[in-house]
Amino acid sequence: MSVRLENASLKALSTALAAREVSAVELATLFLDRIERLNPSFNAFITLDRDKTLDQAARMDARRAAGETGPLLGIPLAHKDIFCTEGWLTTCGSKMLSNFVSPYDATVVARLKAAGMVTLGKLNMDEFAMGSSNETSHFGPVRNPWDTNRVPGGSSGGSAAAVAARLAPVVTGTDTGGSIRQPASLCGLTGLKPTYGLCSRYGMIAFASSLDQAGPMAKSAEDCAWLLSAMAGFDERDSTSLAHPAEDYARDLDQPLAGLRIGLPREFFGPGMDDDVRVAVEAALAQYRALGATTVNISLPNSGLSVPAYYVIAPAEASSNLSRFDGVRYGHRAAEYADLVDMYSKTRAEGFGAEVKRRILIGTYVLSHGYYDAYYLKAQKIRRLIASDFTEAFKVCDLIASPASPSVAFRFGEKSADPVQMYLSDIYTISTNLAGLPGMSLPCGFGQANLPNPMPVGLQLIGPWFGEAKMLNAAHQYQLATDWHTRAPEGVL
Amino acid sequence: MSLSLEEVGRIARLARIELSPAQAESTRDQLNGILGFIEQLQAVNTDGIQPMSHAVDVVQRLRPDTVTESDRREDFHQVAPETEAGLYLVPRVIE
Repeated sequence: MSVRLENASLKALSTALAAREVSAVELATLFLDRIERLNPSFNAFITLDRDKTLDQAARMDARRAAGETGPLLGIPLAHKDIFCTEGWLTTCGSKMLSNFVSPYDATVVARLKAAGMVTLGKLNMDEFAMGSSNETSHFGPVRNPWDTNRVPGGSSGGSAAAVAARLAPVVTGTDTGGSIRQPASLCGLTGLKPTYGLCSRYGMIAFASSLDQAGPMAKSAEDCAWLLSAMAGFDERDSTSLAHPAEDYARDLDQPLAGLRIGLPREFFGPGMDDDVRVAVEAALAQYRALGATTVNISLPNSGLSVPAYYVIAPAEASSNLSRFDGVRYGHRAAEYADLVDMYSKTRAEGFGAEVKRRILIGTYVLSHGYYDAYYLKAQKIRRLIASDFTEAFKVCDLIASPASPSVAFRFGEKSADPVQMYLSDIYTISTNLAGLPGMSLPCGFGQANLPNPMPVGLQLIGPWFGEAKMLNAAHQYQLATDWHTRAPEGVL
Repeated sequence: MSLSLEEVGRIARLARIELSPAQAESTRDQLNGILGFIEQLQAVNTDGIQPMSHAVDVVQRLRPDTVTESDRREDFHQVAPETEAGLYLVPRVIE
């Protein structure tokens, strides 16, 4: 093969496996060796089990030898540690679950396993997916492969760093307020958050149930399309799973973009965006016009309310979801306590980190007697206004474009002292979750070009409900015309 | 709207999270920072707006009332802090 396997597309890996140029065991070994060598610099993987991985890979080779085919058969991947993975430690980045070996597979994990994918390990993340920098993980922060003094973004920071460092061809992530798109942007990847309800939430440890959604993170839009086609699908075990017909998300990749209308929300191009991000995003829009798309100015008048509305709704749902961690059925239990309530209170005080506690307390408060209408109900009404803005906008455009993050990756500690500053790093991504829309980030240049380590900038595309194939088409056409997505951090290749 | 130390203590008790007096103070300041930030929602006129509890309007499905899961009690007890005779153990509740 001309392309190095650790830098190959899913299509190239699939072809090589089908032609018996490489086996699943050889491929898994190659990535495990890279992880062993490079992971200590990045802390992207928090659980590895070489025997288990190679055993699974051998079974995929046996399936192929028995005549089975399939585009993903034998291709390795890694899962964000929020996905329950049978027989694997599944910690969600928390001390609370630091001893939890999952007895079952999340539906997303089971679907990818059935498709023949091989699990390389579990990926670091912000504790219970609450964070935008991976600094809240109980297992230490993930380091950005483009500059190890900077954060990879979060909460899917381990997922992003793993692909950026070419430690896995593709990975799973989850996105509640930007947790796929913001780290994809900060690490120079392509990542997609599907329409709410497209991927099953069964076995995906719940943070904010009305917002959480799983999605693919990869080097390219084409790889995202391949992985999403295997991840998505109706699941009767998730009561909010959509009975949507199966799709091949790669079907429209090669369509030309002539006539595509890209909406530019004026609220997403105002103050608050760094100049280097603005320059890269404007250049990407010019590229889209060169590809035949037109840009139209639109308005999402209530989008400024999305971060505060999110920080009522998400903590409220989290306080309810995380009440299950009580030291009775799984996970951590305090060593000493006086009675049942004391056992709960000490277990939760010891098991949860500071940011998780803050969000549980905020959620408990906004749902408490006398405050429910003022906070939670009010935020839900504003959520309706935010979603209606998008409905109006999509009457005049096919996709919406904006930066994915207001800045390139920031340094460790830069925002961790002030929760509200950290929350604002998701300013362009959160409204998509509130509305349930699909969104993605793709690399569109570099910022801080005067520094020794230029940092990636991500372009966000937002689609209408079920607009994944259209978004992936637009991203793929851009990637045929540009090479930002092919760049890798120095030293990893 | 600003929380007192007493209110922070009440919320922490409701959430079953033990807070030391020192933690209560820093927690109060952080929570007040966040509550100050979400306060801007109050200025929005939402008269007549239907609350949106979910991104997608779906009706709860019904399923046939049949057994779909197998009994995996032992597997699930494996990951519990303390079990005995097929039961989860907790501190004594009733004397």
